[in-house]
Amino acid sequence: MDLKLSAHTPTADEIDAIDALLGATGEYDHRLARAGHDLRDQRHRLLPVLHAVNDRVGWISRGAINHIAARMDVAPAEIYGVATFYGLFSTTERSTRQVHVCVDLACQIAGATVPDGAHESPCLGLCERAPAVLLVEAGPQARQTVLAPATPVQVRALLDGGAAPDEAPAEVATPQVAAGADDLVLLGRVGVVDPTSLHSYRSHGGYAALRRAIEIGPVGVIREMLDSGIMGRGGAAFPAGRKWDAVARQPARPHYLVCNADESEPGTFKDRVIMEGDPFSLIEAMTIAAYATGCEQGWIYLRGEYPRARRRLTDAIEQAVAHGLLGDDVMGAGFSFHLEVFLGAGAYICGEETAIFNSIEGFRGEPRNKPPFPVEVGVFGKPTVVNNVETLANVLPIVLGGGQAYASVGTTGSTGTKLFCVSGAVARPGVYELPFGATLREVIDLAGGMREGSTLRTVLLGGAAGSFATPDELDVPLTFEDLRAAKLSLGSGVVMVLDQHVDLTAFVHRIAAFFRDESCGQCVPCRVGTMRQEEVLQRLEHGGPNASADRELLADIGRVLRDASICGFGHSAHGAIESAIAKLGVFS
Amino acid sequence: MNAVPVAAPTRLVDVTVDGTTVKVAEGTTVLQACRGAGCDDIPTLCYGDTLTPKNACRVCMVEVEGSRTLVPSCSRKVEAGMVVHTDTERVQHSRKMVLEFLGSSTDLSVAPHVADWNEQYAVDVDRYGPDRRTKAQPVKRDNELYVRDYEKCILCYKCVDACGEQWQNTFAIAVAGRGFDSHIAAEYDAELPDSACVYCGNCIAVCPTGALMFTSEHDMRADGSWDESRQTETDTICPYCGVGCQLTLHVQDNSIVKVTSPSDHSVTHGNLCIKGRFGFQHVQNH
Ligand SMILES: Cc1cc2nc3c(=O)[nH]c(=O)nc-3n(C[C@H](O)[C@H](O)[C@H](O)COP(=O)(O)O)c2cc1C
Ligand code: SF4
Ligand code: SF4
Ligand code: SF4
Ligand code: FES
Repeated sequence: MDLKLSAHTPTADEIDAIDALLGATGEYDHRLARAGHDLRDQRHRLLPVLHAVNDRVGWISRGAINHIAARMDVAPAEIYGVATFYGLFSTTERSTRQVHVCVDLACQIAGATVPDGAHESPCLGLCERAPAVLLVEAGPQARQTVLAPATPVQVRALLDGGAAPDEAPAEVATPQVAAGADDLVLLGRVGVVDPTSLHSYRSHGGYAALRRAIEIGPVGVIREMLDSGIMGRGGAAFPAGRKWDAVARQPARPHYLVCNADESEPGTFKDRVIMEGDPFSLIEAMTIAAYATGCEQGWIYLRGEYPRARRRLTDAIEQAVAHGLLGDDVMGAGFSFHLEVFLGAGAYICGEETAIFNSIEGFRGEPRNKPPFPVEVGVFGKPTVVNNVETLANVLPIVLGGGQAYASVGTTGSTGTKLFCVSGAVARPGVYELPFGATLREVIDLAGGMREGSTLRTVLLGGAAGSFATPDELDVPLTFEDLRAAKLSLGSGVVMVLDQHVDLTAFVHRIAAFFRDESCGQCVPCRVGTMRQEEVLQRLEHGGPNASADRELLADIGRVLRDASICGFGHSAHGAIESAIAKLGVFS
Repeated sequence: MNAVPVAAPTRLVDVTVDGTTVKVAEGTTVLQACRGAGCDDIPTLCYGDTLTPKNACRVCMVEVEGSRTLVPSCSRKVEAGMVVHTDTERVQHSRKMVLEFLGSSTDLSVAPHVADWNEQYAVDVDRYGPDRRTKAQPVKRDNELYVRDYEKCILCYKCVDACGEQWQNTFAIAVAGRGFDSHIAAEYDAELPDSACVYCGNCIAVCPTGALMFTSEHDMRADGSWDESRQTETDTICPYCGVGCQLTLHVQDNSIVKVTSPSDHSVTHGNLCIKGRFGFQHVQNH
């Protein structure tokens, strides 16, 4: 391509950061072409390169983009389009120290305030210890640290240059572990195993499942997955065995595996706990998935705001490679599997499975049209398995104990155990593991019941994309089928408990603001609809003469979002608001 | 000698559109099938006959039996036995809302067909209130050849696709930002003379709303002298180089006011370069 670059030049730091990732250039021989496919095939390194620059200098300048453009043969306008898509990047100069204060649902009700100089952040996935803050420090030794709960004084100190105290250990988020529960399947190793040690993982039963998988072969693994009846835990509840089977059967090669670790649904933090507390289990599960479905390359698409999960996973992958558990000949069994952590950069929509593909490929994280579905045409146009972290975590017990044994837990339509992300007005917020079929009441009881002085007003079930359950719905069994029948949804397992102190109007408004902020902007119903939805809510908050017309307009907006949007984001952007109006009488 | 088939024969499939069953070739879009069945009034905005459907505007939605949501007719491929409804209450509602969303945020005053559709679908933008956010912004005039009036932009992605991968391979513009703040821009929102733009005007050719416009047309519209009823269209061949692009000269009062090329022309597919598109001043130095 004929690149035309502006006169802006990169700084030495920017060049260094970019070249460190892409390799040094050396002197150009100007008689040789240095563009073309070889360079453009590197497009999937665009997001990592943008991270490198943003990490080094704190923002992405015109000079830096010019250097990236020249190195990768991608036009500056395209790079700018990608850089401006992600919330963690800036294309205007700013300080190397950024404080992101979570203002999302759990933190809002915990009283989060944003001092001058800090950014408002969508959910940071630390809801069990809300309110939460993320500190990003750019420089040669770039660092990200989270702090939760964060007092206003602590946030101020971070802004003034103070260091963040050490993060609490992952098992703080799993009160069941602390209470000594011994029947946990997915959380069994969290807080018990040393998450930084492969040796420790192995001495706690690690890699027995992969050995078993190799014994029964790919077909055997897929049979167990089908027998298990496991449904995806990322929100869409698609049978994982069928997905694997479909990819395994695709003649097109190569096949790819993507673990969806974007976990950005407000109120969701279960995947974080697994990745921080038992990272090797995810790697082992992905290796089994890759073996069964014929994938030689996999990515863990991790949201950019999970620094500890990133450290743990990167470190665990290195150890697994060093011990022949990843790489060209896994366990000497004659198959190869390469795994990388791919870091998101602040965009909820990148959790949508096809948006992940665009993000990995170095494009704006806009969802693709379906069909074709990922099992046929996924990342780089190849058959792709996309699974949520928790879904994958279930692979180990399925392979070890057999699909049928697994299916004996839970109900016929919802097999196995489920992780619930309990936050809000309970005594002990955290991630709880229970068999499907437990009731909301049981989950809340397990979390210590209501906090002292709190009475239950409502539960936000399934996150911003979910809906509200009322106190008389506490005995609905938490299964996909029962909740569907009750017009509720489990989504990603969010159980956010709201008490009498919560300002429901502000809470619902925040849901609308979240959807307006996070819409990718690609399709009209969602790009404009999420904006209009928030505006109408704002008008309704102030009452006024047109309230009944406005309520009708709101319903119209909800309907077109659901009917005509491209992806699940738009489809679900009105559900919680609709249920708040219908069931809680908000705005009436 | 026996004839050698060069492509697999296309299979025909049955598709029912509003009660009429038609046979169409596999791989046809629902929109084409509907048109084949005599249903000509499905509105489209982001669809272009020379571009891969982006299906971003969602004004062409139809109902397909068995589908949970409505389906974009411009891009969805037919399947055997598909039953399509193009004018249900649900479809009408969705089109009305899309037109209201666009009309309440952008200026569609010169977009062809929109006024008719607004009437047909009883579009009412006033119900969004006077304080609604819009895309109102000053017109960008940073070069002599064409203006960019992004208040009229519906973000159909057509100019980006025409400038980039699908035709021109220049990649001067892209979609930047996210959500309601998404917009078409060169890097860092630079002015066109500082961008990679080569002024082929192929973006103007595909723009469905008049957001991208010849300066000549823009200024004549501004001073009220633009009058398509007084214009003639003359086809000729570009004299500048050996490619031989076909030009359509739009002439009003003996002056060329803009130049296009037919989108179904086998050489240009509607595309030109700066010389064919804008190099007409010299013939009218009077
Ligand atoms: C807007 C949006 C955001 C999503 N975010 C996530 C996410 O963060 N993590 C996740 O696993 N699935 C997410 N999903 C669901 C994925 O698209 C996909 O269904 C899932 O990753 C498939 O894995 P599973 O079958 O194991 O659940 C999201 C979907 C939408 C529409
Ligand atoms: S529904 Fe929203 S998030 Fe999904 S493609 Fe459309 S604009 Fe993007
Ligand atoms: S400028 Fe025109 S062609 Fe480009 S996105 Fe906007 S409306 Fe579409
Ligand atoms: S428009 Fe450009 S490419 Fe086409 S014939 Fe004229 S000079 Fe040649
Ligand atoms: S014309 Fe089909 S979505 Fe725009």
